[in-house]
Amino acid sequence: MEFIRKLKKHTKVSFLNYGIVIAFYFAVQIMAVTGHLSNSLKGQLIPIVSYVIVALALNLVVGISGELSLGHAGFMSVGAFSGVVVSMSVADSIPNPGLRLVIAILVGAALAGVAGVVIGIPVLRLNGDYLAIVTLAFGEIIKNVMNCLYVGVDGKGIHVSFKDTASLGMAADGKILINGPMGATGITKLSTFMAGTILLVIVLVIIQNLVNSRTGLAIMAIRDNRIAAEASGVPVTKHKLIAFVTSAAIAGAAGALYALNYSTIAPKKFDFNTSILILVFVVLGGIGNMTGTIIAAALLTMLPELLRKFADYRMLIYAIVLILVMIATNNEKIRSFIRGIGKSAKKEDGANE
Amino acid sequence: MSKEQKDAVLTTSHLGIDFGGLTAVDEFNISIAPTEIKGLIGPNGAGKTTIFNMLTGVYRPSRGTITLNGKDTKNMSPVQVNHAGIARTFQNIRLFDKLTVEENVKIGLHENVKYGMFSGILRLPSYWKEEKRSHERALELLDIFGMADEADVRADSLPYGAQRRLEIVRALATDPKLLLLDEPAAGMNPSETEELMKNIRKIRDDFKIAVMLIEHDMNLVMGICENIVVVNFGKIIAEGTPEMIQNDARVIEAYLGGKKEED
Amino acid sequence: MLANLINGISLGSVYAIIALGYTMVYGIAKMLNFAHGDVIMVGGYISFCSITYLGWPPALAVLASVAVCTVLGIVIEGLAYKPLRNATSLAVLITAIGVSYFLQNAALLIWTSNTKVFPNIFANLPAIQMGGTQVAPVTVITVLANIVIMVALTLFTSRTKMGKAMRAVSEDKGAATLMGINVNRTISMTFAIGSGLAAIAGVLLCTAYPTLMPTTGAMPGIKAFTAAVFGGIGSIPGAMLGGVLLGVIEIFGKAYVSTQLSDAIVFAVLIIVLLVKPTGLLGHQVREKV
Repeated sequence: MEFIRKLKKHTKVSFLNYGIVIAFYFAVQIMAVTGHLSNSLKGQLIPIVSYVIVALALNLVVGISGELSLGHAGFMSVGAFSGVVVSMSVADSIPNPGLRLVIAILVGAALAGVAGVVIGIPVLRLNGDYLAIVTLAFGEIIKNVMNCLYVGVDGKGIHVSFKDTASLGMAADGKILINGPMGATGITKLSTFMAGTILLVIVLVIIQNLVNSRTGLAIMAIRDNRIAAEASGVPVTKHKLIAFVTSAAIAGAAGALYALNYSTIAPKKFDFNTSILILVFVVLGGIGNMTGTIIAAALLTMLPELLRKFADYRMLIYAIVLILVMIATNNEKIRSFIRGIGKSAKKEDGANE
Repeated sequence: MSKEQKDAVLTTSHLGIDFGGLTAVDEFNISIAPTEIKGLIGPNGAGKTTIFNMLTGVYRPSRGTITLNGKDTKNMSPVQVNHAGIARTFQNIRLFDKLTVEENVKIGLHENVKYGMFSGILRLPSYWKEEKRSHERALELLDIFGMADEADVRADSLPYGAQRRLEIVRALATDPKLLLLDEPAAGMNPSETEELMKNIRKIRDDFKIAVMLIEHDMNLVMGICENIVVVNFGKIIAEGTPEMIQNDARVIEAYLGGKKEED
Repeated sequence: MLANLINGISLGSVYAIIALGYTMVYGIAKMLNFAHGDVIMVGGYISFCSITYLGWPPALAVLASVAVCTVLGIVIEGLAYKPLRNATSLAVLITAIGVSYFLQNAALLIWTSNTKVFPNIFANLPAIQMGGTQVAPVTVITVLANIVIMVALTLFTSRTKMGKAMRAVSEDKGAATLMGINVNRTISMTFAIGSGLAAIAGVLLCTAYPTLMPTTGAMPGIKAFTAAVFGGIGSIPGAMLGGVLLGVIEIFGKAYVSTQLSDAIVFAVLIIVLLVKPTGLLGHQVREKV
């Protein structure tokens, strides 16, 4: 016990988060063995893990760096489609599905990271709502471009076109990988829950260690007071970019994991609504709070399924709950009321001691 | 260039800035010796903070030169100016509110802590070594103001006076040659101000650095400044030792006249 | 070429009318009201029902839309946004998104996801010949409506007491309160006007592009928001300019570059404008005091 008490607060939180993820993994395994794992939950495991990962990534931007991004689904999209193309085009040369998944995730992360650099360099000079609108615009551009993207592979290699499948000019043995608005079809499913859990743990290590290092401290200092950070010799753009690009790359990895769980995936899947959905996870989980983000993303991804018996009303209920939660957690009067309860409860605890 | 200027840590000549056709500061010429404590005083709106903002790269001067240890810093960004050796505090306190006291100081040490982003993520030996060093250094610096016990407190929960002191520690952590203090005693009670005076002198003696401060508390200014520059309407109206300034007719006039248009 | 220009200005006029709502609300409440696009959709449905089911004349249907949306705007503001007056902008943004989900899903329950075909309310007006091209009456009316609204709003904000109060609140809420302006009432009024305009935009949009679904307002909403930012958010002439330019760029992009990529072009132009002029075409820069 003494050992635990001596640890720093953020170290404890980090280990709590690893614990939650690993406990969730084993709980699912036990449910599977004992036959308590419903088919609907089983089908949702990889989406849950993917959304948890991308929500953590977004929290790095929104919570740690303090910038609002409304286009993170765009990075997922880049990761998803590049991951699919890579995994399918190396199918013959690399028969091992696990290795193919790793390569797909790495390539997805790398390309999404590149997209993050391309977008981040010009955009991070803007602040506040303007940054938000520009990320929204980039998300829409990525969706739009993906909608016009045709990719095929044949003996000669990968063919790309922005017009139609015919203009790919493929040989007879060729295979269409991405078909415009229809997206990727005939994907070989590679993602597994275990792979997803491992990726999630790795992502947690990266994000938490980054945040609790000198780089993370600098990013948070810029969030709290940009002018004071500059006056203290901390370069602003570099650190904003680190947070943004790391976040984009992780979102790309999550996108690849997500896409390789389905046989078809369309660009429409990664639209503005998905970006907002991820943002809702972050906000409801508590901005900057990684534990909250994990729980919120997992629960809210399952929620529509849990509300299935309300059928048509479920999204309406979701909307009402969202509004009520936001008001309850942000209204000054309600907050001070809750704080008051907390304080008087603490006082009573003190009296009992 | 006189010998005095050659040895100076900072010299400015003909420094000036205009905002939309309005001249805010003009013909600002000073020179600060390496371990001098200099006061910058003047009525409200005289341009004192604007001068600090020019010296630290927040505003780009419209004309003139700024020379820090022989280097021209006029076109540098605030970050570059800090690396070149000027650190500052702010009139309206600017701390990193959600970070702890120690973390605030560690931001000041940022340039000085040598490990990269990947060492941080992978927790390589350099991470542990440098983190330990920066932790110890931060506590050492906090101890100047006896604040080491509050290292884990969130910066925004500190009382006002302690926040001002923390800003000074954070500025010191960047290892400056010149420390600019913008109203360091604002909001402090007389005994805190007394304490602050002692500490400013101690900082100058221990770190062998120059200090320039803007202050309205005349006891503090007259008590610790070796030289005082008085500005009004963006121009220097008097310069000299505290005794000279106290008896300068133009200064008295500026303060009495300036009272009416206080902002 | 001319036909495209006219179509662009017409579509842009719809964006401009919607953008006015965004820009006024942003100017006063400093919030991105993402539910604004969905108010357009509600306006469209109210007109549709009044005409198709109740057999009302179009003019009366439009009035009904405006009335319903105005009340809706006030109710949304009072229930969802007012409790968050001093909360972070992110909290308000998420709440607005909640309201947007609510409106879309309520519409889904009431009117189902089946596409409704909006009647051509200007069917008995003749098309106009202009330089060899036929211009549909809805096009002309949309442009005219935009100009009338623009002039009326400018007069309103510069001449009336309420309009001046709005400008005061958008400049400095605290000072406005000290001057005896009822800030809550002013904000409420802004939502009322913005939502009433959204209803008009809804009818015009649905007449020009006669398909009506619960998600009809979403994309025009985002585009109009973009238009508001493009022109300089908070500025009424900026919204007008941004809206019209956006419409023209979109139609020209469709005609000369690529139908599928037209949205990408619109957003790319927005980004370029913001990089060159970070506060939009007519927005003014606020310098942070150090």
